[in-house]
Amino acid sequence: MLIPKKISQAVLALVLVTVAAFGLACSGDPVGKNSGDSGGGTVQLQGQGASFPKPIYEKWMSEYGKLHANVRIDYQSQGSGAGIKAIQSRTADFGASDAPMSEEDMKKADGEILHIPTVLGAVVLTYNLEGVAQPLRFSSEVIVDIFLGKIKKWDDARIKADNPNVTLPAKDITAVYRSDGSGTTQVFTDYLSKVSPEWKQKVGTDKAPKWPEGIGMGAKGNEGVMGQIKNTPNTIGYVELAYAKEQKLPVALIKNSSGNFVEPSLEAVTAAAAESAANMPDALHQSITNAAGANTYPISSYTYILVYKEQKDAAKGKALVDFLWWSLHDGEKYVKEKLYAPLPPDIVKRAEAKINSIMSGGKPLRQ
Amino acid sequence: MSEVSVSGKNFRRVVNTLMTSLTAACAFFVVATLVIILGYIAIRGVTSISWQFLIDTPKPVGEGGGIGNAIVGSFIMMLLSSVVGLPLGIAVGVYLAEFGDGWMGNIVRFVTDTLTGVPSIIVGIFIYTLIVLPMGRASALAGGIALALIMIPIVARTTEEMIRLVPTSLREGALALGAPQWRVTLGVVLPAASSGIATGAMLAIARISGETAPLLFTALGSRFYNYYLDKPMSSLTVQIYNYAIGPYDVEHKMAWAATLVLMALILAINIAVRFFTRQKV
Amino acid sequence: MQPNIPTPAAQYGASARRWNWRRALSSTGSTGDAVFRVILFLCAMLILLIVVSMVTMMAANAMPSIRRFGFGFLTGRDWNPVADSFGALPFIYGTIVSSIIALIIAVPLSLGVAVFLVEQAPRRIARPIAFLVELLAAIPSVVYGLWGIFVLAPFLRVYVEPPLQKWFGWLPLFQGRITGIGLLTGGVILAIMVTPIITAVVRDVLAAVPVSQREAALALGATKWETTRVVLANAASGIAGAIVLGLGRAIGETMAVTMVIGNVPQISASLFEPSYTIASVLASNFSEATDELYLSALIQIGLILFLVTFMVNGVAKLLVWSVTRGTSGTARAT
Repeated sequence: MLIPKKISQAVLALVLVTVAAFGLACSGDPVGKNSGDSGGGTVQLQGQGASFPKPIYEKWMSEYGKLHANVRIDYQSQGSGAGIKAIQSRTADFGASDAPMSEEDMKKADGEILHIPTVLGAVVLTYNLEGVAQPLRFSSEVIVDIFLGKIKKWDDARIKADNPNVTLPAKDITAVYRSDGSGTTQVFTDYLSKVSPEWKQKVGTDKAPKWPEGIGMGAKGNEGVMGQIKNTPNTIGYVELAYAKEQKLPVALIKNSSGNFVEPSLEAVTAAAAESAANMPDALHQSITNAAGANTYPISSYTYILVYKEQKDAAKGKALVDFLWWSLHDGEKYVKEKLYAPLPPDIVKRAEAKINSIMSGGKPLRQ
Repeated sequence: MSEVSVSGKNFRRVVNTLMTSLTAACAFFVVATLVIILGYIAIRGVTSISWQFLIDTPKPVGEGGGIGNAIVGSFIMMLLSSVVGLPLGIAVGVYLAEFGDGWMGNIVRFVTDTLTGVPSIIVGIFIYTLIVLPMGRASALAGGIALALIMIPIVARTTEEMIRLVPTSLREGALALGAPQWRVTLGVVLPAASSGIATGAMLAIARISGETAPLLFTALGSRFYNYYLDKPMSSLTVQIYNYAIGPYDVEHKMAWAATLVLMALILAINIAVRFFTRQKV
Repeated sequence: MQPNIPTPAAQYGASARRWNWRRALSSTGSTGDAVFRVILFLCAMLILLIVVSMVTMMAANAMPSIRRFGFGFLTGRDWNPVADSFGALPFIYGTIVSSIIALIIAVPLSLGVAVFLVEQAPRRIARPIAFLVELLAAIPSVVYGLWGIFVLAPFLRVYVEPPLQKWFGWLPLFQGRITGIGLLTGGVILAIMVTPIITAVVRDVLAAVPVSQREAALALGATKWETTRVVLANAASGIAGAIVLGLGRAIGETMAVTMVIGNVPQISASLFEPSYTIASVLASNFSEATDELYLSALIQIGLILFLVTFMVNGVAKLLVWSVTRGTSGTARAT
């Protein structure tokens, strides 16, 4: 009738064999539930979270893997929100976020979570505007009004005022923002809230705020925002510097608190961090947006790896602290090539102390 | 129609020709869409694919990398879901065909059909709550079970249909020889329906090989070759999704190449099934 | 070669005749039969258990949101995780509008194809075309999404949306900025995806209309098209079922839509504006909802999706069954 008899009987035999396996599956005990670190001595770490530092994290993990064949570190970039959720629910060994966890989020975790700063980055405004060669300049008021939907056209007088020598097209502005819970969004809205009371009141600071309607479209991850900007003409959006640079898309100069238009460069980010490094609280996270200083880039941020202070699995914990230690020291040489700024030296010192405080069964994991 | 006349007969003939060509145009349009989609996949995929790409694991952007682990991961999860889903689906199908005539059978049939219509993202959320949270991590096991849930109702309903096609005389013969019903079902009816069931099973496998939504939160993804069911596992579809929404041209190329691999698998299954069943339809 | 294409419905015919015979058998089972029966029964029960636990799990997790927002959840326009304010209307709107766009395109197209395949094309042409149309259904959602991002969206942005705006810009539907990402693109992708499904069911339904009806019409001097109209009229409720089935598929579709619809929870009259569907908000935000109420609201949205697809599929099956049962002589299609 259908498939030739021989073949079909072979298939049926196979099916009957699998019936045995099916009995197993029905009885409900998932295969290998307690196999922990199976795989002959290799330790596998699972990380999840921010897309902001993904390029440098992937580089680190790839390089670290070359040096330590028995440690496999996996990282899934799903947004800072997902990173925080994963560490809270312990579905990952470490989380990653550019937004510090809120008090409330900390309370929901079943243990003390440490923020380990890893690198600094810049949230840049990038755009897809045909025929505009030189970088545009934006003041904070203009950015706020674009994202509030008050400035709708590229040739708006207020954009023109900051960019007198640029011929801007008479096209509608399409803003691209994050549809997922994002630390990058938190940094960006934190900046906008600091410079604009109106923004603070209407939208506020959050990983996933309610954006004003009709300003544009949402996309998932720094990758998604960048992809959407690249694919769609007349768009503007905010992403981590590395994403824009890799795409060779223009990045805007932004007017900082001293009134200078500053290009997002590693030096300008480092300058922003240096302004407030001395005031870094014990929790080791702080906002450095809209920093004082003549050459600071105003939308800069630390990004953090989130780990439990008390590690349940000593082998994994050891691998994790070793990797963190390596990334702050040997890993630093890859930071600039991936367009991130290294941490200020005294922050590195304090991060070292944090890493040293990670324990398992009452014993510190790093001696 | 060279002479357009207002007379009724000619008008009807014009309408007839017009509608006939319109339906033909519809068919042409739909087939053309398929050709365009497959053409894009073929052209963009072939220009991006290489042997190294098929065996490498993902690397940081700009350093190459490939989908070897995603191919293996998809295969493992398809195997797992087949091991769980096929026997269960066939068993439910046999139940429906052999004992499914009462109210209980109608309920099971109804629920099975309901499960077919459940959007696959819901299955993903269900498995996330059921397996990922208690286990404390995303895993190939969770992904495989999620796929199995999608497979079971499809296999069950094809199995039922195919068993009902087996000629009565075959059963009566075996029963007349004194065989108990379970031996008749397993030894006579199932083998007789096996070609149809195998066809259904293959189509179900083709269907789940393309599923993405149920794997997003359950199997997650991985940068490594992974052979353990309790670890997160990469799959072709999730990899295509991640590459597709990103900004990198190299990743877009990889998405097309991975799609080519996936489509080759799916088309091979569909064409094989069609080849074997061509006498039928 | 048989002159008629056998349909699943027609295939049931044979089964009905075996009926009493099997009933008689089960009552005389031996021990082996009893064990066999119990095993199969347990498997069937497992399916029930899965679906029941799926519903209860979702209902239980959605409780905080249901208690907090009640029916207002369905009509609330505000989706704001910061303020703990959740209204599902933008997602419901996006889901409905994208599905309607899909049906507006897919229904005439599918009817055309099905009529061509069943009523007009010679069999040696109809068979390969039918296969090709079915292949369209075999393409995974994520592949449609990939194609949508890189081929369809730019195509619509450059060649379709500007002329639409030029000629019909006075309609609010076609106003606003043109990006290629939005409701229209989502609807078009969905249309391509549901066309093979609607076509397949309409084919079955048309084939189930007795040949005698066609012969009668032709004998009265009707043209081929007039005959087809008679057939279509007779199959009307089955065709309606096919359309509703397509709707069910469109509502639950996730990946392809997520990739091209723009993911903005807003209600805008313009089809060019980005939107959000229920399935795509689940795909985008489920993995990060840490707040209990947020998670609960997402699961409630999922529950709504589940219940709606459930009802839509039920209605579709009843409608299809009302046409095909006449020829099959059995009431098996639930």
